[in-house]
Amino acid sequence: MSVTVPGPRRPREAVLDKLKPVVTKRWLSPGAWRLDVYEQLDGYKALRKALKHSEADLIAFMKDSGHRGRGGAGFPVGMKWQFVPDDGQDHYLVVNADEGEPGTCKDLPLMMNDPHAVIEGIIIASYAIKASRAFVYVRGEAIHAARRLRNAVREAKEAGYLGKDILGSGFDLDVVIHSGAGAYICGEETALLDSLEGKRGQPRLRPPFPATHGLYNKPTCINNVGTIAAVPHIVLGGAQWWKDLGTETAAGTMIYSLSGRVKRPGQYECVMGTTLRELIELAGGMTEGHELKFFTPGGSSTPMLSADSIDVPLDFDSVSKAGSILGTTAVMIFSDQDCPVVSCWRWIKFYAHESCGKCTPCREGNYWMVRVYERILSGRGELSDLKLLESACKNLLGRSFCGLGDGATSCVTSSLKFFRQDYLDYIEGNKQPLFDAEKIGAH
Amino acid sequence: MNYPEKIREQAEAILVRYPEGRERSALLPLLHLVQSHDGYVSEDGIAFCADVLDITKAQVQAVSTFYTMYKREPAGDWLVSVCTNTLCHAKGGQKVFDALSDELDVGHNETTVDGKITLEHAECLAACDYAPVVTVNYEFYDDMDEDKSIELVRELKEGRRPIPSRGAPLCTLREISVQLAGFEEERTAGLEGNAQGDATLAGARLAAEAGIAAPAYDPNAPLLAKEPEEAK
Ligand SMILES: Cc1cc2nc3c(=O)[nH]c(=O)nc-3n(C[C@H](O)[C@H](O)[C@H](O)COP(=O)(O)O)c2cc1C
Ligand code: SF4
Ligand code: FES
Repeated sequence: MSVTVPGPRRPREAVLDKLKPVVTKRWLSPGAWRLDVYEQLDGYKALRKALKHSEADLIAFMKDSGHRGRGGAGFPVGMKWQFVPDDGQDHYLVVNADEGEPGTCKDLPLMMNDPHAVIEGIIIASYAIKASRAFVYVRGEAIHAARRLRNAVREAKEAGYLGKDILGSGFDLDVVIHSGAGAYICGEETALLDSLEGKRGQPRLRPPFPATHGLYNKPTCINNVGTIAAVPHIVLGGAQWWKDLGTETAAGTMIYSLSGRVKRPGQYECVMGTTLRELIELAGGMTEGHELKFFTPGGSSTPMLSADSIDVPLDFDSVSKAGSILGTTAVMIFSDQDCPVVSCWRWIKFYAHESCGKCTPCREGNYWMVRVYERILSGRGELSDLKLLESACKNLLGRSFCGLGDGATSCVTSSLKFFRQDYLDYIEGNKQPLFDAEKIGAH
Repeated sequence: MNYPEKIREQAEAILVRYPEGRERSALLPLLHLVQSHDGYVSEDGIAFCADVLDITKAQVQAVSTFYTMYKREPAGDWLVSVCTNTLCHAKGGQKVFDALSDELDVGHNETTVDGKITLEHAECLAACDYAPVVTVNYEFYDDMDEDKSIELVRELKEGRRPIPSRGAPLCTLREISVQLAGFEEERTAGLEGNAQGDATLAGARLAAEAGIAAPAYDPNAPLLAKEPEEAK
């Protein structure tokens, strides 16, 4: 079933009120990527405030604020900072800016429009965990982001916010902006560390965890770039303020990245727990002639939900209850004119391409699933193919070495649950094959 | 392995970014650096990286073949990447790719006979809110369709450099590889390149027009309920 969502010319007041621009607010100011403009917009005030406190107090504060990671898993930030042992060894802060999860598109605009917020967040976080070096691993293709981050590092250094004895505090920090080279798996934190060490980006066995054995086998804290960029706002606004912007179990605002069949796709920073119906209204309604059929709440690795879930509050707990994962709040919106089978085929092709090849279930499983999808989509599928997909997913989920393999199964299992008929339509010949069996060599 | 002095100096500058004894971290930037000279990762480039880092050529090759941005064949001045991942695919990304493939008479990862343009299909480029997207040397051309993308490559063929929707004015793939190796953008116009697309600003604009802001706060309120301990 699909749902028509009316798009009023102007969203209703109650819906508009879901918008709470904090992290995205400076994006509106042209030139905020420059130090002078950033400083006029409260830039580096949080750093001055933070440096007046001890490292331990900052960590306690971050725990109190309830801030959770924005990289997909929602791990409590203060707790992660506290895990880094204070034992006199070299420590590192590594910022994950490898954004590549299909659907996810919030970190790039953040780095391009507000790079100093990232740098200021890095300095505060590094101070809290006593790291004297920080690395930002930026997805290679995100060249404009890297360019502006490098410029921000240079400006910050010239102004005394980076380098030796920052603002007279005795704290030293160097930041390196490191461009990747095109591999989704390097977003997985341990693969990222291997890549940053100049190796193939393949995940590491855990334990030991990066908190104690991370970059160069030293204690390392890895945070998503959005997690870090929120830190200065939280330091200025206070723990209670950040908590009040969220729900009981998750503090703060969320950037919902809407893509697909809405009139105005884009970045909508709202209170945690905004529903899809409200988000679609903010985005001007569904595209003319399209009715909502399915959506992913947080990127391609989160199970798709059907239009029935349109009123689920998109926060960590409610989305779990509805059978999916909040992930990166990359809400991809598909309509009655999109086919869930084709969507999954294209996603699985992605996972097959991006599998690092380290473990068999993922390397072989995704390869075979692509074959099965192509057979179904070329009109030669059989009923047993659906069982085959299900069994491939069973062998992947929980048996692959890292989250990529688990993530790949999400779309397959969820689409088979909600949209079995769409598969059957190809198998039973009720639907025009997507491509010619001869041409692609489906067998 | 005849690399000019400039490349050797740049290699040195890359090494010192990483802690002493951890120079291997420089491998990804070094591979971008040799691409900036050769237009791809050549045999010479592999030998150069191995030499600089004192590791084997096999070790370098194992890394260079892992990442899609390292090209194994000489690429053109203009690398045209078309996202065909699910969201872009749904909104016409594959049609854009097919139209460009016809127009340029090349397939995925192939370069036009004049050696100028390389076409590739790309996985999600973190711009799904502008789908379908095309990048040229990683600068964004948003909300594309078949006609607009054909127009784009025709301009490139004729030696013009159309301004991207988001990103810096175009420079060649070799020039962009210098930036990928971690060197700063030297053009002011490059830094100033637009980043404020409609989709990026959609929510913030809507809130501003409606006069909505996050609740005010007192920036001087203490971080913790108790008095802060003396900073060290
Ligand atoms: C296959 C895979 C890809 C990932 N890609 C990213 C990414 O691009 N960016 C990111 O921040 N986290 C990514 N993650 C999650 C990271 O491993 C890690 O959880 C995150 O960076 C932690 O940051 P946070 O605690 O601040 O959220 C990925 C995880 C997996 C399994
Ligand atoms: S699950 Fe896939 S990506 Fe992860 S380690 Fe195994 S092969 Fe590599
Ligand atoms: S699917 Fe094309 S940019 Fe994300």
